[in-house]
Amino acid sequence: MDMKASKKLGLKERYALMTRDLAWNTTYQPMDKVFPQTTYEGIKIHDWDKWEDPFRLTMDAYWKYQSEKERKLYAILDGFNQNNGHLSVTDARYINVLKLFLGSTPPLELMAARGFSMMGRQMNGAGPRVACQMQAVDEYRHFQTQIHSISNYNKYYNGMDEFAHQQSRMWYLSDGKSFFDDAITAGPFEFMVAIGFAFEYVLTNILFVPFISGAAYNGDMAAMTVGFSAQSDEARHMTLGLECIKFMLEQDPDNLPIVQRWIDKWTWRGTRKLAAVGMMMDYMLPKRIMSFKEAWEMYVEENGGALFKDLARYGITIPKCFGQTIEEKEHVSHQSWIGFYMKPGATPFHTWIPTPDEMDWLSEKYPNTFDKYYRPVLEFFDAQEKAGNRFDNKTAPMNCQVCVSTMKFNEPGDPMEMCFRESIYKGEKFHTCSDHCKEIFDNEPEKYIQTFISSHQVLQGNCEPEGVDVNAPDFQPGKQILDYWKLDKRALGDFNGSEDQKNFAAWREQATKN
Amino acid sequence: MAIDLRTVSITPLRQTFGHLARRMGADKPASRYIEATMDLQPVENYHYRPTWEPQYDIFDTTRTAITMKDWYALKDPRQYYYGAWTLARGRMQEVAEGDFDLVDELGLAAAYPSAGKAQALKVFLPLRHVAWASNLNKAYVSSYGYGIAISQAACYASMDQLGVAQYVTRLGMAFDDLDALATAKTAWLEGAEWQELRRYVEDLMVEKDWFEVLVAQDFALEGLLYPLFYERYNEKLNAAYSPVFSMLTRFQREWYGETTKWLDAVLKATGADNPANKEQLAAWIKKWRERAVVALKPVAALAFGAEADAIMDELVQNLNARAAKAGIAL
Repeated sequence: MDMKASKKLGLKERYALMTRDLAWNTTYQPMDKVFPQTTYEGIKIHDWDKWEDPFRLTMDAYWKYQSEKERKLYAILDGFNQNNGHLSVTDARYINVLKLFLGSTPPLELMAARGFSMMGRQMNGAGPRVACQMQAVDEYRHFQTQIHSISNYNKYYNGMDEFAHQQSRMWYLSDGKSFFDDAITAGPFEFMVAIGFAFEYVLTNILFVPFISGAAYNGDMAAMTVGFSAQSDEARHMTLGLECIKFMLEQDPDNLPIVQRWIDKWTWRGTRKLAAVGMMMDYMLPKRIMSFKEAWEMYVEENGGALFKDLARYGITIPKCFGQTIEEKEHVSHQSWIGFYMKPGATPFHTWIPTPDEMDWLSEKYPNTFDKYYRPVLEFFDAQEKAGNRFDNKTAPMNCQVCVSTMKFNEPGDPMEMCFRESIYKGEKFHTCSDHCKEIFDNEPEKYIQTFISSHQVLQGNCEPEGVDVNAPDFQPGKQILDYWKLDKRALGDFNGSEDQKNFAAWREQATKN
Repeated sequence: MAIDLRTVSITPLRQTFGHLARRMGADKPASRYIEATMDLQPVENYHYRPTWEPQYDIFDTTRTAITMKDWYALKDPRQYYYGAWTLARGRMQEVAEGDFDLVDELGLAAAYPSAGKAQALKVFLPLRHVAWASNLNKAYVSSYGYGIAISQAACYASMDQLGVAQYVTRLGMAFDDLDALATAKTAWLEGAEWQELRRYVEDLMVEKDWFEVLVAQDFALEGLLYPLFYERYNEKLNAAYSPVFSMLTRFQREWYGETTKWLDAVLKATGADNPANKEQLAAWIKKWRERAVVALKPVAALAFGAEADAIMDELVQNLNARAAKAGIAL
């Protein structure tokens, strides 16, 4: 009788049979032509078989689990939509969180899908290739479920309808775009450190927990369910990112300085991206979960600190920027919100001055900074607004050549002084927002001189709606920028007095009274 | 009796996103497939050029000789976004699981006549490596293809092929000990019957035009390979022995039947865009069909003996008919 060989196999052997045993070294075409990208970054891999599979999921099991999750998720979305779930959120200001999220996140998840597909093609090693492919298809799931969960809000509220058009055009979405464009145009190992490790491991909790908890705290069952449903995928993605770092470090000691430089670079780039999460937590959620500062302490200082302690045995040190991020945690959310408030004509979401209660909450959460630096600014703006003199900064912002954030962060150690750095490259001057961005620029100037900075591009006539003749004698650059963005005027400016505010109030009345 | 359940009815401001309303020509509700697919890939204002291929943009229409006025014309008639795809595959894996369990429970593999078993495993098991190559080549299409319509469908198909490779592996484990898989791998690497097929898929691993890879892997090769082995060869085994192999390769047959609809729709839309595409597709199909016949003939002979040529001829006619139906004159 035949032996049931499969039953004798351990999980590890069985999984190896289901993945890497399928692979072979090609002979009709040389392996370095089949996998041409894994050497030029300087990372040395001697034995791809030493890769430890971070999770062992065969496709049949994957389909089984994922289809169960999907069935539940869409049932909840359907129910939420059918029953006007949007009216159960705490307050219509919350919907602006969704506008910010829809513009910034699904487009980046899409880039992660495409990027991990590339890794799933290019990694010269069957183990990592399969793990990357699985992450790629998960990322399709994430951007699609996010769009599906917000699609119903778009029917009722302004500012979400043109997210696909705006993803590559809006000035303030340019920082996220540059982050992923930077990663995907780097080599495969740097991509894995950038997205797999820095983004999905070090920073993922502070990115997603606030959004998901924010949705839960504010009655948005659609976004909450999408978030919770994605969590089990994220757990797999985290283990992949970590395994990739360990694998590189174990393969060759020469990899350490390269990996360390990437960790320094991408932790900082990720941190800059998180300023928007900070303002969401501290200013945009009507019902707050915790302050950005508290979240930073819990998810980055404690968890991240423990992670880097764990990696110390490979010679990895804590990212260079860590100290600065700790100092900035008390500032960036305020600086970002004030920055957006000052541009009422240029975003598809509304801004507002916090209520007195909310200001008191901020004072309590930010005892060192809020009353001293930011309350006076907000109260000044509030008084101006009430006097009919709403502050409106109509000038184009100055942006960092690396992270593309608008220049608004302070000099380390001096909150009253804006931080500017500059580098000269081939006779031209390039501006950066911090020592860390300057270092990134100086390391790879040929890459970062390419950065697409809206403020510059507008002046060069590259941000015009179709049909505009940039060579016409009366051409004025940027005059039609709202059309270029397809920005709905109803979505602009203050929440107070907005169509969203009026509609929400009227609809809630209709839904809850006779 | 129908009960008219009531919900509070609020008139929406709009039915869908702007990019979808423009695409559909009207502000009307869009399906989840449309929402999850159309016009989502960035097309402009890239920040940097790839360090690995600086001659191209991150997403670049010139990575293929095919041109399209609208890359989202390459729609999937199955309307697979992730949720729809994974639900469909979830159902298929449930059936496959039931089949594998039943074969195990009834001892059908052990009871299979040993001559038939040896014949069948010799043909089926090396196909796990073909599926693995298919996974890699589809990953290429998914990585460098233009637009989410094609990239997502290729991504799902690539994962499907990983599934196929794993189902074939399980087939081997259900019938025999691990030696059968090892023997099959040796045959794949060294056996004379398999070398042209291995050369074919390896050559595709260095082919740069992603659309050509799609045509060569999915249409020319799989358009012959799937009917040849998963349909015809199963029929032969069923007639001679019992339908156990048919049961344990059901996933592959269903997958092929379903995926063909997608691929044929993609080819049809591509050809319909402009005459140069039609010519290019015809040239690729002819080139790779000839090579696929060369690659498959020795394995077909292994499976069918003297009847192999006649069967191959018939399958080539069927493939030509599919091309003709997609509007491509060969």
